Amino acid sequence: MSDNANTRVVVAMSGGVDSSVAAALLVEQGYDVVGMMMRLWSEETSGGGIANRCCTPDQMADARRIAGKLGIPFYVVDTKDVFRNTIVEFFIDQHRDGVTPNPCLECNRQIRFKFLLEHALALEADYLATGHYVRLGRDGAGRFVLRQAVDERKDQSYVLSVLGQTQLQHALFPVGDYTKPEIREIAAKFGLPTASKKDSQDLCFIGDNDYRRFLRDYAPDVMMPGPIVRANGEVLGEHTGLANYTIGQRKGLGVHTLEPLYVIAMNPYRNALIVGPRDELGQQTLTVARVNWVSGEVPVSPFRAGVKIRYKARPVSAWVEPLGESRISVTFDEPLRDITPGQGAVIYDGDVVLGGGIIEKPVR
Amino acid sequence: MPVNRTVYLDHSASTPTDPRVVAAMTPYFTEIYGNASSAHRFGRQAEAAIEAARETVARILNAKPSEIVFTSGGSESDNLALRGAAWWARQHNKRNHLITMPLEHSAVSKTMAQMTSVMGFEQTILPVDHTGLVDVEDLGEALRPDTALATIMYANNEIGTVEPLPVLAACAHNRGTLFHTDAVQAAGQLPLDVEALGVDLLSISAHKFYGPKGVGALYVRNGVELIPSQSGGSHEEGRRAGTSNTPFIVGLAKALEIAYAELDEHNAHYQAMRDRLIEGVLRRVPDSLLSGHPEQRLPAHASFVFAGVDSSLLVMHLDMKGVAASGGSACRTGNPEPSGVLLAMGYNEQEAIGGLRLTVGRQTTEADIEYAVDAVVGCVETVRKLRREMAS
Repeated sequence: MSDNANTRVVVAMSGGVDSSVAAALLVEQGYDVVGMMMRLWSEETSGGGIANRCCTPDQMADARRIAGKLGIPFYVVDTKDVFRNTIVEFFIDQHRDGVTPNPCLECNRQIRFKFLLEHALALEADYLATGHYVRLGRDGAGRFVLRQAVDERKDQSYVLSVLGQTQLQHALFPVGDYTKPEIREIAAKFGLPTASKKDSQDLCFIGDNDYRRFLRDYAPDVMMPGPIVRANGEVLGEHTGLANYTIGQRKGLGVHTLEPLYVIAMNPYRNALIVGPRDELGQQTLTVARVNWVSGEVPVSPFRAGVKIRYKARPVSAWVEPLGESRISVTFDEPLRDITPGQGAVIYDGDVVLGGGIIEKPVR
Repeated sequence: MPVNRTVYLDHSASTPTDPRVVAAMTPYFTEIYGNASSAHRFGRQAEAAIEAARETVARILNAKPSEIVFTSGGSESDNLALRGAAWWARQHNKRNHLITMPLEHSAVSKTMAQMTSVMGFEQTILPVDHTGLVDVEDLGEALRPDTALATIMYANNEIGTVEPLPVLAACAHNRGTLFHTDAVQAAGQLPLDVEALGVDLLSISAHKFYGPKGVGALYVRNGVELIPSQSGGSHEEGRRAGTSNTPFIVGLAKALEIAYAELDEHNAHYQAMRDRLIEGVLRRVPDSLLSGHPEQRLPAHASFVFAGVDSSLLVMHLDMKGVAASGGSACRTGNPEPSGVLLAMGYNEQEAIGGLRLTVGRQTTEADIEYAVDAVVGCVETVRKLRREMAS
């Protein structure tokens, strides 16, 4: 019996092509593989069904069928309460604070690589594998290193920047070494479905993906009208609720001025939407909180790095300056538009993820 | 770390088919394959086999062959009994009221719910006590002049409690009401003498007593009229349309014959294994309870409540140890609801998510029980620890 046969791996399965191929590759490598799916919280739908687009009955049935085909056990784990109490509440609270949260980062931190990892370890698993496009390696000192996927367009290292050595020692990412077309080929080879699910940055718990409607229904206080103001305090009109707007937005403000105005910032304390001309939109420096360093080592002096400020952006050259254990400031070489508090700022050295945190605010 | 030992303790869900039953069925796939409704010799051979099977079943039930209807299983038997008898009673006697109890299998409870919500019947659901027993006085009070039918299960699938059918059926008859029982769990373990039980309609399913899946029977007392719930040809005396499933009907009869010829021997074994299991679990698992009635229960049935333990997680952990068990409600969708059966018996929500059923069988050994008890002890502790960690 090989070592792999004595190594149990729980695979987080979604019924989609990526996690199915992850499971298939692990089975092929001879691991003792167990499929698992989380039943997440979702809004009640009128038919009593579930609206969470990541774990519909159809997807559960798909995942179960794939597990059957691969000859591995498959279980669905109830994650509704913890998801509701951490991710959904967090989403609402962040909007209440006038920031635009990234629930996927939070989910990887608190649900997938905490709740699910704990459940996997309790099942005597050695590893938790997912279908994320990201690569895991080791550095000279034996520490785990998180690298961008081979397929740059599919790279998901941004949403995994919350992981540290504690999680990575139990993590496997079998699809990160392949391109998406290769994954489809492998899926076809194993006779697995090849259709893709939606990308994971979608808000899975909002049935129609309309987070404004969701907030109106679940947190009406977040959607109170308030003033639209310039940085100098001049009131230009009324907004319909801060969560209806995004940083950098120009259209739909309903204010009439000679020069085009953009959403520059939000002030939740005054419930004010702050607008300004295009040149106020670009910012060069921002601060980042709740910073995780993948290696576990906190840098002490400023260094050059590539920094990504949203999931679909490219890393941009910047100086990163540590401000204590879990806070940094990032200064880009050129001003950057659309810096959005609440989104992740992820720091790269080439294709290696050094760490990341949550954008607090641009520094003016 | 793959599982190298498996212990099947879910015989209430299904049993392996006895090889003697398989042997009895085999010729009816390839040699005696005629349609039992056909007039030629091929048909006559099949018909003869089916009628022999009917006689066997009737003998074991202390009934007449004409009182036995073959169906596709327990659910169909329940549907035919409830719909058929209620429709007839409404049409001919203007009776529109039905009585049931809260622990019925969904084949009964959902049929009753549909007859209430869609077809305009009225329904009374009797209470049960903490062990799952129905009180005959409650039945007496619920009976009305227009009560068409009372249905009370013989033995419960989830908690194993055996209901006092003779007194309940007699009570219904005193008021001119028909009495049906779902005997799916009881068949193969408890006497099925319909005269002693006093029932008018009784449902059984072959795969619960070492027969094949997909075949069942309904006993219909002579004189009880049914409007068929599935219309079509005049099979089964016009009570159940559809080509007779010769090999499976033969299999059902053979399995029932074996089960009742060997009843005492098997029951003694079941009971010894079950008692060992109950003793081991209650002694070694902290905060564990036996659910259901301590004595009036199926010989092969053990069921427990572990407060605060999500039974779907427990079943998963036991499965990884090779032990096949069942949660309070068969839930594979990660959406555990408290067991309706346990809630109806007065357990609180924390208790009602923690039901576990372990049911022994002919092949269960003492070593299996030792292994399973160890596994239950370990897995309950693991799940409780996980819960504590998640809460902190």
